Amino acid sequence: MCDMLLSRINPIRFAFFFLVIALVGLLVDNAYYQQVLILIGINTLLAVGLNMLMGYAGQISLGHAAFYGIGAYTTAILTAKYQIYPWIALVIAILLAVAIAVVVGLPTLKLSGYYLGMGTLGFGMIFNIIFREWSSLTGGASGFVGIPSLSIGSLSFESGRNYFYLVWFSVWSVFLICSRIINSRAGRALRSIHDSENASMAVGVDTMTLKLQVFVLSAAFSALAGFLYAHYISFISPGSFDFLMSVRMVTMVVIGGMASIWGALLGASLLTLLPEWLHAFSEFEMVVYGLVLMLVMILMPQGLTRGILDIYERSREKYRK
Amino acid sequence: MEELLQYLFSGITNGAIYAVIALGFSMLYNATDLINFAHGEFVMLGGLGLVTFWTVFNLPLPVAFILAAGMGGFAGFLFERLAIRTVSKPQPIVLVIITVGASIFLRGAAMLVWGKDAHGVPDFSSHEPIDIFGATLLVQSLWILGIVLIMVAGLHFFYNRTLTGKAMQACAINKRAAWLTGIPANKMVLLAFIISTSLGAAAGVIIAPVTMCSYDMGTMLGLKGFCAAMLGGLGSLWGALIGGFLLGSLESLGVGFFSSGLKDAIAFILLLLILYIRPQGIMGTADSKRF
Repeated sequence: MCDMLLSRINPIRFAFFFLVIALVGLLVDNAYYQQVLILIGINTLLAVGLNMLMGYAGQISLGHAAFYGIGAYTTAILTAKYQIYPWIALVIAILLAVAIAVVVGLPTLKLSGYYLGMGTLGFGMIFNIIFREWSSLTGGASGFVGIPSLSIGSLSFESGRNYFYLVWFSVWSVFLICSRIINSRAGRALRSIHDSENASMAVGVDTMTLKLQVFVLSAAFSALAGFLYAHYISFISPGSFDFLMSVRMVTMVVIGGMASIWGALLGASLLTLLPEWLHAFSEFEMVVYGLVLMLVMILMPQGLTRGILDIYERSREKYRK
Repeated sequence: MEELLQYLFSGITNGAIYAVIALGFSMLYNATDLINFAHGEFVMLGGLGLVTFWTVFNLPLPVAFILAAGMGGFAGFLFERLAIRTVSKPQPIVLVIITVGASIFLRGAAMLVWGKDAHGVPDFSSHEPIDIFGATLLVQSLWILGIVLIMVAGLHFFYNRTLTGKAMQACAINKRAAWLTGIPANKMVLLAFIISTSLGAAAGVIIAPVTMCSYDMGTMLGLKGFCAAMLGGLGSLWGALIGGFLLGSLESLGVGFFSSGLKDAIAFILLLLILYIRPQGIMGTADSKRF
């Protein structure tokens, strides 16, 4: 029931979200906070796409950093090397990610469970190796520098505030698209795949096509996130798109709570903020990070959204008695 | 010809390592249906453990070996008891993230204990490399092969000749049925964890002389071992061996005849190929779903 509540399109909720974005953008002046918020937005784009695949369609991917990297590298190479207009590069980056997602998804999505996880892992690793080894095009292990910043006409996105609005209104639009899909016929079919693939096939759902469509959709969102990341940081290296990044994306989805687009926002925020907070631990950063990850999963295996709702409901029942 | 032989020698050496790591994966998968993404980190613990016990504490090599492997096993014991057993509703994806969390934790802990620098240890015995038809064979390679063979034979003996091993096999076939016949299935899971992680640590010990050991050496080794396990068939012990040697040889041939940048890609290309063509692996008969 709560899952339904969390995902139902609610015009008020979206209007509120819009307002919050506008207000936060106006109020936050500190450059550091703006940067953290922008990174949260980019990670949210990654998480919400993967959440469609994992939470709704029930298909795991351990290689989504590849699409993130494809988005980032395509736009970097096109804009910095060939001086192509960034917004055209965005279209090309997304189309390329979509094309690769179709080619990879067709054979891979026939697998299930761990085998699917491993197939996507393998393809993610191969792309990371391509980013690292094709140095004439990608700059190799040392990375790619000099990615231009974005602008529309005279409106420049160089400042933190403008970029914040660009990223977060992308997030807002993607959320809207996702909740439209979730509440459509296709969304219900997806959830039926999540519950039982065989049963949904038996009632006439074309599971393969649907799975592929969601895979492609999440790849497109990841490429968009890669595009925004590349033009914001202006420097990319293969380390940002490695196996750990794929795992971090999965973790955002699971920690936030699967099958909830707002959970994706929560998970992305936590996993972006956690390293920032842990800087205080300096050398102990990795140890604490690993511990937090394990503890959250041990204590709240359903994710934070579900976990916090459970605690809330339990405490409310207590007060009633 | 000499080149080919040289590549094969190094391939078989690497392959033996992948095989041991894959064995650890497969054992654990058999007993628990769990894929342990922290497995590579136990390999790292073994290697760095040997650095400490052998070169810093100056213990005799066999003692240091056993201590390092035992340390891996003990870490596996703690891991199972504290992290895996405590999950109330174990979903595969949740367990996978816990193992990932454990791998980050272990890497961080190793960085604190051993620092960020890579450590080397000398070969197990100081003999001259052997010359075979113009190709050189490191004596350490023979050590690696020998120890791997002993471990495999030991594991085979354990599974087929001891009651505990047979009980563990029964658990792998059907946990509930095994439990009904009086086998303590939970203890078997714990034991599988301990054996699997100490196998991983032992793999770290024997490769310590041929690679530099550092806190972040485990991830790639773990993933490669994983590819080997998939290649041979997840859950099959002989498959893990075949997968390991196949991966090691193909990798070193690929590096020799194409480019060294390709080295890491070969394992994953093989992984994709086997998944698309024969997802159950070379030796596997498992019920991997594909339609």
